[in-house]
Amino acid sequence: MALDSKVPEGPLAEKWTKHKFNSKLVNPANKRKYDIIVVGTGLGGASAAASLAELGYNVKNFCYQDSPRRAHSIAAQGGINAAKNYQNDGDSVYRLFYDTIKGGDYRSREANVYRLAEVSNEIIDQCVAQGVPFAREYGGLLDNRSFGGAQVSRTFYARGQTGQQLLLGAYSALSRQIGKGKVELHDRTEMLDLVMTDGKASGIITRNLITGKIESHSANAVVLATGGYGNVFFLSTNAMGSNTTAAWRAHKKGANFANPSFTQIHPTCIPVSGEHQSKLTLMSESLRNDGRIWVPKKAIPGLTAADAVKLPENERDYYLERRYPSFGNLVPRDVASRNAKMVCDEGRGVGSTGQAVFLDFSDAINRLGKDAIVEKYGNLFDMYQQIQGDNPYEVPMMIYPAVHYTMGGLWVDYNLMTNIPGLYAIGECNFSDHGANRLGASALMQGLADGYFVLPYTIGDYLADAGYEKASTDSAAFKNAEKVVKERIDKLLSINGTKTVDDFHKELGKVMWNNVGMARTEASLKEAKEQIKAIREAFWKDVKVVGTNEEMNLSLEKANRVADFLELAELMVDDAQNRKESCGGHFREESQTEEGEALRIDDAYSYVAAWQYNGEGKEETLNKEELVFENVKLTQRSYK
Amino acid sequence: MNHKLNIWRQKNANDKGKFYTYEVSGVSPDQSFLEMIDELNDDLTRKGEDPVHFDHDCREGICGACSMVINGHAHGPKGLITTCQLHMRSFSDGEEITIEPWRAKPFPVIKDLVVDRTPMDRIIQAGGYVSVNTGGTPDANAIPIAKHLADTAMDAAQCIGCGACVATCKNASAMLFTAAKISQLAVLPQGNAERANRAEKMIAVMEEEGFGGCTNTGACEVECPKGISLEHIARAHREYMSAKFSSHNV
Repeated sequence: MALDSKVPEGPLAEKWTKHKFNSKLVNPANKRKYDIIVVGTGLGGASAAASLAELGYNVKNFCYQDSPRRAHSIAAQGGINAAKNYQNDGDSVYRLFYDTIKGGDYRSREANVYRLAEVSNEIIDQCVAQGVPFAREYGGLLDNRSFGGAQVSRTFYARGQTGQQLLLGAYSALSRQIGKGKVELHDRTEMLDLVMTDGKASGIITRNLITGKIESHSANAVVLATGGYGNVFFLSTNAMGSNTTAAWRAHKKGANFANPSFTQIHPTCIPVSGEHQSKLTLMSESLRNDGRIWVPKKAIPGLTAADAVKLPENERDYYLERRYPSFGNLVPRDVASRNAKMVCDEGRGVGSTGQAVFLDFSDAINRLGKDAIVEKYGNLFDMYQQIQGDNPYEVPMMIYPAVHYTMGGLWVDYNLMTNIPGLYAIGECNFSDHGANRLGASALMQGLADGYFVLPYTIGDYLADAGYEKASTDSAAFKNAEKVVKERIDKLLSINGTKTVDDFHKELGKVMWNNVGMARTEASLKEAKEQIKAIREAFWKDVKVVGTNEEMNLSLEKANRVADFLELAELMVDDAQNRKESCGGHFREESQTEEGEALRIDDAYSYVAAWQYNGEGKEETLNKEELVFENVKLTQRSYK
Repeated sequence: MNHKLNIWRQKNANDKGKFYTYEVSGVSPDQSFLEMIDELNDDLTRKGEDPVHFDHDCREGICGACSMVINGHAHGPKGLITTCQLHMRSFSDGEEITIEPWRAKPFPVIKDLVVDRTPMDRIIQAGGYVSVNTGGTPDANAIPIAKHLADTAMDAAQCIGCGACVATCKNASAMLFTAAKISQLAVLPQGNAERANRAEKMIAVMEEEGFGGCTNTGACEVECPKGISLEHIARAHREYMSAKFSSHNV
């Protein structure tokens, strides 16, 4: 299948403006004749649903949570990037574009990334107008801080709860449209399949999570804003309910899945404490502004945070500052994570498990005073103390990398449309802007860029030609899709095996973390593929799902999601096997520089790997979208 | 550690519901409270019994989904945290633990510990926003906002919408929740244009949804996991009164 990225012609800086002009418009009076389904209410979904409704479209918005405000965008802590250059430190749209392309290790599309940088400034304006209480200076102007992979301060923030405040801004805009009747909200409702009519997306099948009722919803276009699939690793910083089901079902209906193996392992998370662990908690990257990362120069097994305080300076290795003097502790996430793994593999890890490094604030507290640290990071320090039981004002934090974000996702063109006409994917759900590694504070930027400022323009171009007619939910396409969904649920309920859904999910997670995690080899991937197949087979023979469909049923919900993770996992392995280079967060041990950095092989792998589903049990077809770089020169990334 | 758990079980909204007792053993003090329930649920599932249903999602204290009354306290015995942030080290070995859903008339039980909190969304839909469409907004630095006002707005905006205030209030009032939003937007210049209407509409819907009135007991502030202050209720009352005296709607 040939993939057309539909990137407009012309100079980089003019593409988006020209494209907006060339896109067809829908007359304001005609917009009300179109129905659009938006699945998900995070930054992408809520901002899209609100903006589309403001334009006059009829929107149906779905979320599995009890309220749209609970989508996991809410948990983003540190901030949102924008090229405002309020700090007069040399920032510009071009620099944000460049940093993002470089940070993504040259595996993203230039035109998309430039557009992202371009609309970033409007996002901040929009959020301020909504009443988002960003941090301010005493003069009343907005404050900024720095994030990894950048040498300017361009990150806007609201204490350690930026995601919460941005999401509540989008939620308030969405709520306004719900109140006006322009958005019909379906909470506690999960999308279980995509429906296609005449080769186009025509609706979705959902399950009401309270009553179990399977329902059909028809529309002129379907927008997936369903987030990432980090929970394939079982332990991640994602919410417990975050899942791949909507995206995966769309994939099985024909949407290409791009770069599935590109996973972001975040360097600063609270380490795993035991088998009982259900999820991992992130400590914001913003902490790396003032915290210094170190391990002892010589291995000290079981070194506690309390004892670390007494360790003299000359016995400490501030390894990021040593190896990367110009970026220091603010190297990009993939680099920081891999370095943490390296020092722990050398036996210099700390804490009872040896799988942790220190993040130390003592210098910052001495320099700025405790009050300044409380002001900047108070809630994060409290959160840490709550979970870990240590007081980070007195002893260093212990951190370790954890799965956080997935750069891969549904393949989309410049219009954010998948290869299925009428099916769009926005936010983390798509693959488009972050290449092989996302920079900190860029996820919020992308979610809101897609929802507020990109999709509302591009979707009109499709709808203008698509006509007002909607497929009937009584049509064979809907009835068949409902039948497939019901049969799968019946099957899950009838197995009545011996192991719980979590038993399988944990098993899968261990395979993924050990073999498809921070370092990947030909052998580890081969092994993973076999093991995943075995777990999947065992799942369908031996899983125990209790209760019935016609009630609230948490174990059924989980089973449905884990069944899809078990399929996606294998595609992640295929993708990682295919890409024999290292790039960004995808580290193939076979491809590294002498200094142990990720070594790209541009001649062979400068493409987006978009996978096409071929049916149950069959290997997928790899479609390549070559990446064309007209504006940046591909170099070995260096943060030294 | 070993614990005896008394958990409220209720099949659905029409079921009467009652406490069931479960014994859990080998609990680690490093385990979170919800992870302790996860293990109980895995055991129940293996035995073919229905697991205990409860709302939860982010498990880091910010989404506002988790909602349990533990030994009589919303979100458990410790202050300023949500249920998902509570760890078993906060309990002593052998301690008996009673777990109930939020209990308030506007929050009917859906199943076990899961309740319907959509009335809170409807309060926001009534006016908890600034009426700006996407696009065409002024530059973010066009209107300077004094730091102390931005900080006050942020203090209020931290509300996670969990409903602990309602569950704790003897009147099942949603005043702390409603006031936090009224207050956030009242102190910011962006919210100024609609402040009178907003206060009137949100409080009207709060009453329509069956939440009780505020009698300034202050229990909500004590149990609020985000420490939202009663000052915001005072400000919301002022907003409401001044709206009533100056209403354009009369």
